[in-house]
Amino acid sequence: MTEAPTNAAARELIAFRIGEQEFCVDIMSVREIRGWTPATPLPRAPGYMKGVINLRGAVLPIIDLGARFGLRTSEPTARHVIMVAHIGGRMVGLLVDAVSDIIQLDDGAVQPTPDVASEEVRAFVKGIFALEGRMVSLVDLGLILPPAEAEAA
Amino acid sequence: MDTFEAIKATFFQECDELLADLETKLLDLESGAADDETINAVFRAVHSVKGGAGAFGLEALVRFAHVFETLLDELRAGRKPCDELTVRTLLRASDVLADHVAAAQGTGPEVEEARSAALVAELEVLTHGEGGSPAPDEAEDDFGFQPVAFDLPSLDLPSLDLPSPDAPGAPAAGGWRIVFRPHGRMYVNANETGLLLRELGRLGPLEVELDDSAVPMLDRLQPEENELVWTIRLTAPVDEAAVREVFDFVEGDCDLRIEPIAGEGPELPPLIETPDAPADDIDISALLAKVQDEPAAAVTPAAPATSAPAAAAPAASATAPTASSPPAAAAPATIRVDLERVDRLINVVGELVIQQAMLAQRVTESGLARSSGISVGLEDLELLTREIQDSVMAIRAQPVKSVFQRMPRLVREVAEMTGKRVRLVTEGEATEVDKTVVERLAEPITHMLRNAIDHGLETPEERTAAGKPSEGTVRLAALHRSGRIVIEISDDGRGINRERVRGIAVSKGLIAEDAALTDDEIDNLIFLPGFSTADAVSDISGRGVGMDVVRRSIQSLGGRISISSNPGKGSTFTLSLPLTLAVLDGMALGAAEQTLVAPLSAIVESLTPKAEDVHYVGGHDAVIRFREAFVPLVDVARTMGFRDAPVPPGQGVAVVVETESGARAALMVDAIHGQRQVVIKSLETNYQQVEGVAAATILGDGRVALILDVDALVANARRRPAAADLKLAS
Repeated sequence: MTEAPTNAAARELIAFRIGEQEFCVDIMSVREIRGWTPATPLPRAPGYMKGVINLRGAVLPIIDLGARFGLRTSEPTARHVIMVAHIGGRMVGLLVDAVSDIIQLDDGAVQPTPDVASEEVRAFVKGIFALEGRMVSLVDLGLILPPAEAEAA
Repeated sequence: MDTFEAIKATFFQECDELLADLETKLLDLESGAADDETINAVFRAVHSVKGGAGAFGLEALVRFAHVFETLLDELRAGRKPCDELTVRTLLRASDVLADHVAAAQGTGPEVEEARSAALVAELEVLTHGEGGSPAPDEAEDDFGFQPVAFDLPSLDLPSLDLPSPDAPGAPAAGGWRIVFRPHGRMYVNANETGLLLRELGRLGPLEVELDDSAVPMLDRLQPEENELVWTIRLTAPVDEAAVREVFDFVEGDCDLRIEPIAGEGPELPPLIETPDAPADDIDISALLAKVQDEPAAAVTPAAPATSAPAAAAPAASATAPTASSPPAAAAPATIRVDLERVDRLINVVGELVIQQAMLAQRVTESGLARSSGISVGLEDLELLTREIQDSVMAIRAQPVKSVFQRMPRLVREVAEMTGKRVRLVTEGEATEVDKTVVERLAEPITHMLRNAIDHGLETPEERTAAGKPSEGTVRLAALHRSGRIVIEISDDGRGINRERVRGIAVSKGLIAEDAALTDDEIDNLIFLPGFSTADAVSDISGRGVGMDVVRRSIQSLGGRISISSNPGKGSTFTLSLPLTLAVLDGMALGAAEQTLVAPLSAIVESLTPKAEDVHYVGGHDAVIRFREAFVPLVDVARTMGFRDAPVPPGQGVAVVVETESGARAALMVDAIHGQRQVVIKSLETNYQQVEGVAAATILGDGRVALILDVDALVANARRRPAAADLKLAS
């Protein structure tokens, strides 16, 4: 088992659930968390693009993270949550099942994603770590946007 | 940006305004709408450009402006007649001056030396008569600044070290005694004694004496007048011309006596002692502070302009009567605001409008009585919100003048190139439209004006032969009409040669040979893509841009363009544009439970087709009969991927739209919800461009609605070459 490059600085992460799995992202990239509101579908968008919603006058695209990770597509309900994240100069809403926790973590505790994970998961997860007996995956938001967008951003 | 750069940027901003003003006034002179004040205003504009340019060491600009100004000064004083030829030269000089400014600013290419020199020569001929050699008594008005060798590292001011061909006025060994009494007018023109003294200080050591004995007691003081007299001893062996040059800017606004000192000392003890040291050893800043403090303290009540020259400048220009354009005469007070701040305000107000609409909808849904306090208050809020929105939009509104005033020059140049005589008449310059629209008007107008002169107008000979005045007239007008701005460009030329246009269209395969077209339809063929090509256009209106490009750029602004032509009498192009790009007039449509917005400008009409009106061509491609033509039917919900099944025949509404290429199509939707004015929101800000979608907006219920890109939608649905419905018409 190889250790990821150690950076002793602790950082805060926000943990959320999709189905049975737990993920987290850097809390600094999350601007707000809000309940699900019906999105306006976009023509010819990838399946994980739920559409766009109105965020105080701005048009916010909503990405179904579960579908993006190839887990399953959510049929969103009022209990679902949108995390509004800042990715490469854009605001994007991330649809998840629930936000579960705020975690303090040393970078040193993060382990590389094991090979067993699916291709899609490994593309977006830059590492995993153990927390109170649970396994949490650290998500790299930079790769969440559709490929053309990631290049542009 | 450091302070110096910031000041420089302001200077160039002012230059733009001054140059625009200069051209307007010159055109007034040309059209005879001028009065005595006009030539003064022209002089002041050039003078101000020169003054500012001098401060920034823009030598080429200063040199040119100086020659220009010298001639204007002669005209202003009535020493030279202001005839037609002179005004034309002045106009061309103003073009070159504008080029010099652009070059200095770095926004334009370097001005060709030959072109500039040629105009300088012309101006000098006009100033001094044919010989071009100045009479000795107007030597001080002659070419350029005198060579002034000075070095003031502590002040870090750019040197005005300009070459001069000849330097009349021999140096006086003992220096010069200068008696200087400014008139009140000098301060009105934003000149300041302190600055003149600083200029003099560059020539050599000064002894300055202020005589305030003539200043009356406070009760009899005339605040607009000046009674102070400065006596300056300049102990440096410089030319008289160099001394006069300093006062060049204020000549006529002061009493000035310059005489050589015979070597004797001053009669009175000077107010400010300066050591007998070379210029570069003097602490000019301290001296300046002293000099400026002295007069300021004494004069403050008498001439407030001295302490606020910047304020005096607009005041001076505001008093200049502008006979030709009465609305512009009362120049209201303005402030410069960062555009970003205005845009932020507009965004916030846009959100306010949406929030207000959402609130209103919630209140309605809650079943409160219309007479309840909340409902009444909400109505007032709605009115206020509208008013705020209108006011905010008005901030961005700009008169089209900024575009129109660039056109006279273009017309002059094109006229020169084509050898035609053209008079440009502009109307409605004060018509206001959103800044974003104004900026994008210039290109189509430029192109159409070129076109009007190059293709529309005949040569003077042809015109005379046709019994028209040899000078053609091109009219550029702007007006508001039903919430849009209309720009008309008309000429009194030969009109469209319909035979030829038709021939070209047939030869290029744009229409069938036997197509029966009305005159109007033939005229509009020139907008078809592929109509104008290299062999149909000349150097001037060519440039690889056809009318279809103009049309497309107009349509991308949500506008429309049309032409009407009268053979032998001329043509009129009419542009109609929305007043703003932030708001769109749209039609809300329902398709598969989604609300979509189609731009109203694209909609021709709507109809409810019966099942038998829809015909199928081949497998699934449906067409619908619309006014003697079959237009393709586009099922919006299907094309957008909202559902798989098409709208069942006999249900739904068909909205006939016209695409940018002029082709028509019928958009099949479930329902029409009505006309809305919507605030345009970009999808690209947070996502990306989506095919078939022009932008998004937010509806009253707070949901996002997509604004259809009609062209892309139609092209998408068909995925085959646009079958021109013109062919169907035949």
